Amino acid sequence: MMDYSQFLLMPQEIGLLLVFLLVFIYDTFMPERTQRHMPIFTVIMFALYTIYCFCPVAVGEAFGGMFETNAPTWVMKNILNVGVLLVLLQAVKWTNSDFVSVRRGEFYELLLLTLLGMFFMISARHFLLFVIGLETASLPIAALAAFEKRHYESHEAAAKYIFTAIFSSAIFLLGISFVYGMSGSLYFKDIATALIGNKSALLIAALAFVIAGVGFKLSLVPFHQWTADVYQGAPTAVTSYLSVISKGAAAFSFLVILVQVFGSAYSQAWEWMLYAIIILTITIGNLFAIRQRNLKRFLAFSSISQAGYIMLGVIAVNVMGMSSMIYYVLVYIFSNLAAFGVIAAIERHTGRVTMDDYNGLFKTNPWLAFTMMLAMFSLGGIPPFAGFFSKFFIFVGACHQGSVAIYALVLIALVNTIISLYYYLLVVKAMFLRQDDCVIPAFKSHWTERTGLILCVLGIIFIGLLSCIYAYINGAVDAISSMFAVIQ
Amino acid sequence: MEIFNNILIYFVIVPLLTLGGLALCRNRGIKAIRTVAVIGASALMVLAVWLVSIFLQVRGAGDTSEMILRSDVLWYAPFNVHLALGVDGVSVVMILLSAFIVFAGVFASWKMNPLPKQFFMWFFLLSTGVFGFFISIDLFTMFMFYEVALIPMYLLIGVWGSGNKNYSAMKLTLMLMGGSAFLMLGLIGIYFHSAADGNLTMNILDIAHNNAIPHSWQYLLFPLTFVGFGVLGAMFPFHTWSPDGHASAPTAVSMLHAGVLMKLGGYGCFRIAIYLMPFAANQLAWIFLLLTGISIVYGALSACVQTDLKYINAYSSVSHCGMVLFAILMFNTTAMTGAVLQMLSHGLMTALFFALIGMIYGRTHTRDIRDMGGMMHIMPYLGVGYVIAGLASLGLPGLSGFAAEMTIFFGSFQHADTFRRVLTIMATTSIVVTAVYILRVVAKLLFGEVQDEHHRSLTDASWEERLSTATLILAVAAIGCFPNFFINIISSSFDPIVKSLQEALAAAIGAGNPPLL
Repeated sequence: MMDYSQFLLMPQEIGLLLVFLLVFIYDTFMPERTQRHMPIFTVIMFALYTIYCFCPVAVGEAFGGMFETNAPTWVMKNILNVGVLLVLLQAVKWTNSDFVSVRRGEFYELLLLTLLGMFFMISARHFLLFVIGLETASLPIAALAAFEKRHYESHEAAAKYIFTAIFSSAIFLLGISFVYGMSGSLYFKDIATALIGNKSALLIAALAFVIAGVGFKLSLVPFHQWTADVYQGAPTAVTSYLSVISKGAAAFSFLVILVQVFGSAYSQAWEWMLYAIIILTITIGNLFAIRQRNLKRFLAFSSISQAGYIMLGVIAVNVMGMSSMIYYVLVYIFSNLAAFGVIAAIERHTGRVTMDDYNGLFKTNPWLAFTMMLAMFSLGGIPPFAGFFSKFFIFVGACHQGSVAIYALVLIALVNTIISLYYYLLVVKAMFLRQDDCVIPAFKSHWTERTGLILCVLGIIFIGLLSCIYAYINGAVDAISSMFAVIQ
Repeated sequence: MEIFNNILIYFVIVPLLTLGGLALCRNRGIKAIRTVAVIGASALMVLAVWLVSIFLQVRGAGDTSEMILRSDVLWYAPFNVHLALGVDGVSVVMILLSAFIVFAGVFASWKMNPLPKQFFMWFFLLSTGVFGFFISIDLFTMFMFYEVALIPMYLLIGVWGSGNKNYSAMKLTLMLMGGSAFLMLGLIGIYFHSAADGNLTMNILDIAHNNAIPHSWQYLLFPLTFVGFGVLGAMFPFHTWSPDGHASAPTAVSMLHAGVLMKLGGYGCFRIAIYLMPFAANQLAWIFLLLTGISIVYGALSACVQTDLKYINAYSSVSHCGMVLFAILMFNTTAMTGAVLQMLSHGLMTALFFALIGMIYGRTHTRDIRDMGGMMHIMPYLGVGYVIAGLASLGLPGLSGFAAEMTIFFGSFQHADTFRRVLTIMATTSIVVTAVYILRVVAKLLFGEVQDEHHRSLTDASWEERLSTATLILAVAAIGCFPNFFINIISSSFDPIVKSLQEALAAAIGAGNPPLL
């Protein structure tokens, strides 16, 4: 006899499903003339849902331990919800534009479904459920990337994304089969118990394959090759979704896997493996970003290096590291969405996306230039903006571990922040310092775009200064602090 | 909230309010913009003078606690980050200096064009960082304000600068941020070793009292923090941002940068690097003494061969700021007091120099001394100002430079060991070299032949320029004539630092591990 009260443990998933169904019904059954209100309808529904999700939820395990809701997963999902709300807000005008409007229903439906997949990735405590979540979160994104049907690059992006996605999930499954071979179970808990003290080469191989699978979504080097082309080719709304939400969810689930599955078999070998990946990710992302002229491509490489910083919080495997990593993702969502919001607004009005097009932007569109500058400063870690706090905290979280090696790693990361500051300042330089004959003319952006950007700017300014937000995350992570006791 | 009863917090609030007031002004409302800026700068000046009088009262009443006007508000509990405020004599005089220079800077950029509103907004953001840095005694907030003060430089130089400004702005920002990257790691390391009993803290006084940083870690963290701040203090070989940056920056920014921002480096060096890690400070001082010794001589010699007025002063700044760090590393009260006097003196004098250079440049549109001459007849007010600044720089008694440099060299020579004495003698040669380049400029620029006939029709200083420079000249003379007033405020603040340094040295010698030099 099934205990239906278990469903109460997944209010966020069920709520999301309800939003999805409402959007689907609106799309299918509402008359044609009301269809153009659908984006706003979705935004309002999603906003209500996001607010609802901040109400405290019951914590516990459901379905025989396959699914778990605890305080951190709840916070992680709330953070993703806030990010998705901003993405939806910024996409309103785009989905109503000429070539997209006929298919706007699909955009929202697919997007909400991938979010559902990510929620399952975060909450899954069994690899089967995890893989279902991973696939649900990956495959529809390929359709989303191909959304600009009339653009060749959009098709290319979709093809690249789907091939890489399939390939990496195949590797991931191989890794899981190794784990299954060693432990005889797919439950995280059972695996962790079976792997205690295991230092075999097979485990390292399994971990490497699992990292490859999740690293693809996080675009860690060397699994980052798809990132630049997909970010550039996909519609900007999809790119911003990919770069913040998809990445954030992957980081969260990676943290869960690392701590709950492989934490008990913690050894020097995989620590070094992760160190190498982090150094490569940060450095290569940064070095390639310097030479980019297309801003979407530029932000693709910047997001690769940001993933490296996120990983610094992941490897810390302690309360401080985990909460600063969640906080980092939150700040990253706001900063990156501010940048993408400006790019999307300008692209929609003028179709221009290269850095040289932004020359002299401050003269004609001071507010957009100001927002972009704040986004760049926040991404570069300049106080008093939120990015500074998140960078500082993630470094503190990583150093908490205390070994000299981690200090060296943090030093490399810090030197890389200088490189990243250089290219972030290139954007500021184009907007404020340079002059151009064909400056982007002054235009008035749509109120939804403006609202989205204002929310991002408020976030960039206040997330750092108000310590209650970090306290909220830290309090949630503290609730499961015993989980980290297994390690070390 | 209790913290608002503390005068110190208003040093951050007033510039922020000014910033907000400026944001409300219309872009073209130049009168409103000037009014708001002047009100903000004057309010800071009043606050600073008030702070000095409070400090004198408290000390006069016999309060000998290390820091006064303490306030503490918990900010980030998981990291034990507080908004902790407190000042000692050194911070008080640095705040006074900053207020002076901000005041003079506002008048020096009176005719700023284009975008005066944005210029003043960035200018006051920078001041917020500077004041915030001097009033904080918490590692995190100190570092935050430090970086807040650095980043506006990029836009201030890039947008309003002259010459090769894009290059200079980027170079300056990246080098200073590079320094702060080292610094950040150093601070994190200090935080994790701040207490032996696990109650980690970011409060500087607590860390100093705990004195718990293991010696092996001090070897790592001391260079990180010292170099991190040393980059801003223009320590050789990390000084190369300074000449380019100063040459390209607009007048008020050069003033604020050389006058105040570079002092953040020296201040941070002793407040964080030396005070918190006395063991490594003793052990490694000789390396940094050598580097700063090179700064002093090298900066002065480089200034001799420059022909651009701003480059001359930028290299002279390298030399003078090197002297600040040099004196701090001497670890005795006399030399360290001299270092702070030198910070004051150099801050005011360089601000005066850059203000005058900006005014001359605004008229002649050249800064190359080969293209100018006879300015003393054409613009006597500016000429006299320049001579006074020059004499202060080369250490004429009665002006600030003399008081500072005498104290420094007296203090440095107190050490009995040959190494420090030889270095001191080498450093004193810079005084002679300074005289060479200052007098060369004065002779050529002010008393030489008029090079360009158009220059004969130039006007002398306007009222706001006179006000700006007169403030600074008075301050320079005040320090030169009444150094004791400042020395009394400053010197007792060094007692705890010198004491912990001596204890660390004695312990190291007792353990058979004396410093190499």
